[in-house]
Amino acid sequence: MEFPKDIRYTRDHEWVRINGDTGVVGITDYAQGELGDIVFVELPARGKKIKRGESMGTIEAVKAVSDLYAPLTGEVVEVNPELEKNSELVNKEPYGKGWMIRIRMADKNEVASLLDDAAYRALVGK
Amino acid sequence: MCTVAEQVRIPALDPFPRDSFERRHIGPDRDRISGMLERVGAASLDEFVDGVIPRGIRASGSLSFPPASEEEVLRTMRSIAGKNRLFRSLIGMGYNDTLTPAVIQRNILENPGWYTQYTPYQSEISQGRLEALLNFQTMVIDLTGFPIANASLLDEATAAAEAISMFHSIRGAQSGPKFFISEKCHPQTIAVLQTRAKPLGFIPVVGDHRTFQFDGSFFGAVVQYPCTEGTVYDYRDFCRKAHGAGALVVAAADPLSLVLLTPPAEFGADAAVGNTQRFGIPMGYGGPHAAYFATREEFKRFVPGRIIGVSVDTHGAPALRMALQTREQHIRREKATSNICTAQALLAIMAGMYGVYHGPAGLRRIANRVHILTAALASGLQKLGYTVLHRHFFDTLLVATEASKRDEIRRALLERRINVRWFGDGLLGISLDEVSDEAEVETLLRVFATGGASCPGAAGLLPANAGAYAGAMRRESVFMTHPVFHSYRSETEMLRYIRMLEGRDLSLTSSMIPLGSCTMKLNATTELLPVTWPEFCGIHPFAPADQAEGYAVLFAELESYLKQITGFAAFSFQPNSGAQGEYSGLLVIRSYHESRGEGHRNVCLIPSSAHGTNPASAVMAGMKVVVVRALGDGSIDTGDLSRKAAEHAPNLAALMVTYPSTHGVFEERIRTICDIVHANGGQVYMDGANMNAQVGLCAPAELGADICHLNLHKTFCIPHGGGGPGVGPIGAAPHLVEFLPSHPLAGPPAPGMTGAVASAPWGSAGILVVSWAYIVLMGGEGLTNATRIAILSANYMAERLSEHYGVLYRGPGNRVAHEFILDFRQFKQSAGIEIEDVAKRLMDYGFHAPTTSFPVPGTLMIEPTESEPREELDRFCDALISIRHEIAEIERGEADRDDNVLRNAPHTAAAVMSSEWKHPYTRERAAFPAPWLRARKFWPAVGRINNAYGDKNLVCSCPPVESYAQDPVPVTE
Repeated sequence: MEFPKDIRYTRDHEWVRINGDTGVVGITDYAQGELGDIVFVELPARGKKIKRGESMGTIEAVKAVSDLYAPLTGEVVEVNPELEKNSELVNKEPYGKGWMIRIRMADKNEVASLLDDAAYRALVGK
Repeated sequence: MCTVAEQVRIPALDPFPRDSFERRHIGPDRDRISGMLERVGAASLDEFVDGVIPRGIRASGSLSFPPASEEEVLRTMRSIAGKNRLFRSLIGMGYNDTLTPAVIQRNILENPGWYTQYTPYQSEISQGRLEALLNFQTMVIDLTGFPIANASLLDEATAAAEAISMFHSIRGAQSGPKFFISEKCHPQTIAVLQTRAKPLGFIPVVGDHRTFQFDGSFFGAVVQYPCTEGTVYDYRDFCRKAHGAGALVVAAADPLSLVLLTPPAEFGADAAVGNTQRFGIPMGYGGPHAAYFATREEFKRFVPGRIIGVSVDTHGAPALRMALQTREQHIRREKATSNICTAQALLAIMAGMYGVYHGPAGLRRIANRVHILTAALASGLQKLGYTVLHRHFFDTLLVATEASKRDEIRRALLERRINVRWFGDGLLGISLDEVSDEAEVETLLRVFATGGASCPGAAGLLPANAGAYAGAMRRESVFMTHPVFHSYRSETEMLRYIRMLEGRDLSLTSSMIPLGSCTMKLNATTELLPVTWPEFCGIHPFAPADQAEGYAVLFAELESYLKQITGFAAFSFQPNSGAQGEYSGLLVIRSYHESRGEGHRNVCLIPSSAHGTNPASAVMAGMKVVVVRALGDGSIDTGDLSRKAAEHAPNLAALMVTYPSTHGVFEERIRTICDIVHANGGQVYMDGANMNAQVGLCAPAELGADICHLNLHKTFCIPHGGGGPGVGPIGAAPHLVEFLPSHPLAGPPAPGMTGAVASAPWGSAGILVVSWAYIVLMGGEGLTNATRIAILSANYMAERLSEHYGVLYRGPGNRVAHEFILDFRQFKQSAGIEIEDVAKRLMDYGFHAPTTSFPVPGTLMIEPTESEPREELDRFCDALISIRHEIAEIERGEADRDDNVLRNAPHTAAAVMSSEWKHPYTRERAAFPAPWLRARKFWPAVGRINNAYGDKNLVCSCPPVESYAQDPVPVTE
C-alpha cells in the first residue's frame, strides 16, 4: 500500500496534491482497497463552490457506497473526464490517473489542517 | 373466540389420534431433540429456553388454541372458500381475469422448486430465476419502449409513488414541491399517491390533464393509460407541456393494452408503471401481483428495487446478477432511492413466462380479441340506444344508463353473477378480458336489452369491427423480438424450459438455506394448496363484500390469532412487504402524534445494527434518522439511547427496534429501552423480522412495542418466492388502532386514519390463507414448540461451530437466540480469504450461504429454523468445519494463497470436467469435498460472477443470442 510523501491527506481518506493556489484531489490507496471495485464516481461540476468537510460527491463500488468530502474550501476548476467511462482508474492508479477534481483554494491556511503521510499512515494503522 | 376450525372439528377425545402436523413441520424428532439438548448442556427443553429468554421478558400467558390435522384444515378451508361467491368480474380498475397457462400454474406457482428460494443475492446458484426475471424486464422494456426496467415492485399504486419519488430526486432541487395527478387515474392509485406525498412534503394536485396548466412549481405528473374510465388519451401534448415546465411524466399503463397502443416512451413519458396481473396471475382478491417499473437510461441510478443485469463469470461466460445494488436500502440506508426490499419475484417470473409462452403474436391475438369483443359490445349497446361515452377505448367502456333502466340492469347482472363498475350518476364501466367471448358479449347485451327490447347477436356485430385497434394511438413498433419469446410455443418445450431454469436454482427442495433474519422454514404443501382454488384466487379486490364472506372469515380469524400471538389490539393486512409494514407503521405513529397536536415530532432513533429498510422507511415517512450506538456485545447502548432520546425529546417520534436484536440476542433491557422512548414522548416501532424467536414465548406488545410488523413470509410460512411476494401486516396497541391505514375502496375512512398504503385494501389477500393454515395446523403449543426448536437448533449449531470459529454475540446464559453470527474476519490476514470466498465455497458443498456481512462485515449470520432436521444441521456444520480445514491449509502454506479451492469457488461442472486443469488441487477436491456430494451434488450454473463488469456495463434486457456463442466476453480484471 502506497502513502506518497508529496501529498496531503484527510481523515476521510482523500488526498490533495498542492500546486500554487490549486490542489488536485483523489481518494487514497487505502480507501480504494477498502471499497473494492469502483463502478461509478459522481463528482461536482466545474465551477461548483465546495466547502471543506462537506459532501461533494459519491463513489460507488459493487457493495459499498461512500460520500466524497471536500478536503478544502474552494471552487472546482477541473474534473477528471476519464472517470465517467473508466472508474476503475481509481482502483488502478489512485494517486495518478484516478485523480478526481482540481480545486482553486479559497483559503490556503486550510492546508495546514491536512495530514502528512506519517499521520495518515498512523490513522489507518499501516 | 370460537373459530371456524373449531366449529368444524370432530369432537376431541378421539381414541385413535390423527397424524400430527407439528411433527411434519418441526425437523428434529424427540430423540434428536434430546441429543441436541445434551450437546448444548441442557437437561430439558424448558430449562434450555428459560436460560435463553430471561423470565422478565417472557409472555404472560401461553397460546392455548388446539392443533388440527392437515385433512381437517383442508376441510375447514373448503368450507371457508365456499363462503366466497365467484362472480364474473368486469370491474377493471387495473385487475382483470386472465387464463393462467396450466403449465405455468403447476410448474411455477405450485412448484416449491420456484417458490422456496430467497432473493438472488448468491447469483451463481440463482441463474434460473435471474433469467426468468430478465425475461420479465425484457418484456417490460419492449412493451413500454423504455431501455431500463426493474424486476418488479409491489403494486401499481406504490410503483407510481416510487416514480414520483424518483422524479423528485431528479427534479426536486430545481422545481417546486408539486406534482399533478390525473383525475382519470385509478382511485386506489390517487389515494396511495396522496398518502405517500404528505410526509415528504410533496403537494399532489388532482385535475383534468386536458386543461391543466403547469407552472414552474411542478416536478412530476401521473397519468393513466388507458384511463380508469377506459379512454385511450393521446398524452403527447401533455408530456410536452410538462417538460416545458420542468416536470417529468409517469404513465400508469395496462401492459396488455401496450401490445396495441403506442408505448409510453414513444409518446413522451419519462417512466411507465403498471400491474402485470393480467399476464396469467390470478386476481386473488388483491394480490400478490407484480407491478412493473420502466424508465429512461439516464435515470438508472435512481430506479427503485432490484434490477437484474447481465455480467460475465470468471470464465468469461455470460452470467446474471442483481445490478447497481448501491441504490438499495441494504447498502445506502437512509440515502437509498426507496425502502423496497422484497418485491414480487414469483409473480414477475410468472408474468414473464406468460410472455414467453404466448410470444408477441399470442399477446397480439389476446389483445386484439379483447378489443374486438369490446368494440362489438359498444356497437351492440349503441344499437340498444345506450350512450357509450368515448370513442377511443381498448377494453373498457363507460356507458350511460337511464334511471328508469338501472334497477333492471342491476338485477339482471346479479342474476347472471356479473360484476361491473358503478360510478354513480348511472354511469357504469365494463372491462372485458382474456376470458371474454362472444357468448359473454351476448349475455351482456341481453342484460341491457331491458323491457324486452330485441337483442342484437354478437356474431352480427363482429364483422364490422374485425380489424385490429385503429385509433390514433395504435402501436407501430415491434416488440418482444428476442428469441426467448419465440422458442417455447409447444407445451413440451415450455415445460422443459421451466424445468431447465428451475435446475439452476438452489431452493429448499435441495438443502437448507440458513439465511439470518430471513427464516427460511418449511412452506408446507397443505398450507399452499388452497392458494389456487378458484374461490380464493378468482375474486376481484373491489368485488362487493357480500361475495367475499369467506375472505372476511379468514381475515378475522387470522387477525384474532395474530393478536393472541403478539398481544396487539388490531392488525392491518394492507402492507405488501415487511418494509412497507415499517413505512405504514411509522405513518400510523405520525398520525397519532398529529392527533395530539404534536405533528412536529419527526426524529426516529434507529440502532446502528438495524436492517437497512428501517432508516430508508423512516425517511419515506418524513422522519429524520438519528443513529443509536451498539455496545461491543451487539446490544443497544442504553446510555447513548437515553442521551439521544432526551436531546431530541421535544421532537422524538419513534424508536425502531428489532427483537431479538439483529445480532441474534434476546436483550434483557428491551423493556427499559421502550420505557426510555416513551418517557421522552416517542413511540416504539418493533421490526418483527425476528418474530420466529418470539412466537408463544414473548409478545411484542408486552415488551413495550406500540406497533410492529410481522413478516408472514418469514415466521408464518408464506414462501419467499425467490424475492417476493411478501406480506407485512402491522399490529397496533389500543391507542394506535384508530390510526391504521384506510382504503378508498373499503369504505370511507374515519377521521385520523392513515391513508391507503397499497393498491388493494387487504394487500396480498390471496396468500393470507397460508399463514392461517400454518397457525391452525400447529395449534398454540405447536407454534411455541417451533420457536423453542428454532432457538435450540441455532444454539446446537453455534455449539458445534464454536470449536472452529468465533461466535460473535451471545446473550443471557452464553446462549444465542434463533440465529447467530460466525466471525471470519481474521482469515483475510491469515489466509487471504474473504467472506465472499466462503459463501461461494459453500456452493461447492451444495449449500446457499447464510447472510453475509450483515450486521457485521466479514461474518456469516446463520438462522437454521425449526424445520431443518438435525442431520441437515450437521451436514451444514460439517461443510463449514471442512471449509475451516481448507482455510487452515492455506494458513499453513500447504495450499496456495491465490489458487485454492476457496478463491476459485464455485466450481462449475464445465470447469471441473474441462480438459484443461491447471490448479494445484484435484478436481475431486474442487467438486466433491464431502462424501454426501456423491449422492446429491448441486452444480452451480456459472463460475464466480464479475460484479464490477456488470455494474459498469449495465444491460438489463436479454442479451442478443450471439453473446452466448463461443467467444467469451473479455474479462476485465
